[in-house]
Amino acid sequence: MLGSMSILEWGIWISALLYMVAFCLNAYRVLIGPSLPDRIAALDTMYMNAIGPVILMGISTGTRFDFEAAMLIAMFGFLSIAALCKYLLRGMIIE
Amino acid sequence: MEYLGFLVELVVALLLVCGGLTAVVGGIGMVRFNDFYMRMHGPAMSSTMALGCMILASILFFWFHTGTLRFPELILTLFVLISAPVSAHLLTMSALHLKLPRQSNTQGGPFELNEKIDQD
Repeated sequence: MLGSMSILEWGIWISALLYMVAFCLNAYRVLIGPSLPDRIAALDTMYMNAIGPVILMGISTGTRFDFEAAMLIAMFGFLSIAALCKYLLRGMIIE
Repeated sequence: MEYLGFLVELVVALLLVCGGLTAVVGGIGMVRFNDFYMRMHGPAMSSTMALGCMILASILFFWFHTGTLRFPELILTLFVLISAPVSAHLLTMSALHLKLPRQSNTQGGPFELNEKIDQD
């Protein structure tokens, strides 16, 4: 099975493995982070990294319909990070 | 034509691996740095270089897969490039508001962390 894989499939699998390692490192920082902004920064990096595997899945299946999912992940990630930072700054989100 | 297809697959695979490697480097920096203000490098790495490599690979692959050149991924790049500095600014503002400790060799010295100016 490994001998019949094309170079594009090798690239997709190696990239997915590297993204898995990056997710584990960021989850470690989310767990041990000594302060709240550390955890929020690690969550920021995690949602940025979550866009990559969605694009990978689109390349491996050959369709472009996953692009909207990546867009939604980017939008909701930015909104949640902004809301959490406003909560840390002011004590409330909507003044 | 067969040779060109192999070349495009090679370039797309290299771009994908480059994006994954950049994400791993950002994660290692997230774990290994000692200070919150140093740790802000992690989101910057994964939002610019890793996502840029993935989106370039996607545009190149679908150009040769469907035969037409279209750029719907550029909307994603534009949105992330606008929103990443805003979220980094908000994160650093909240860190300065909480007066997080910093190491002595961290450069900069903003006045929010300077105790002398606070006491005057």
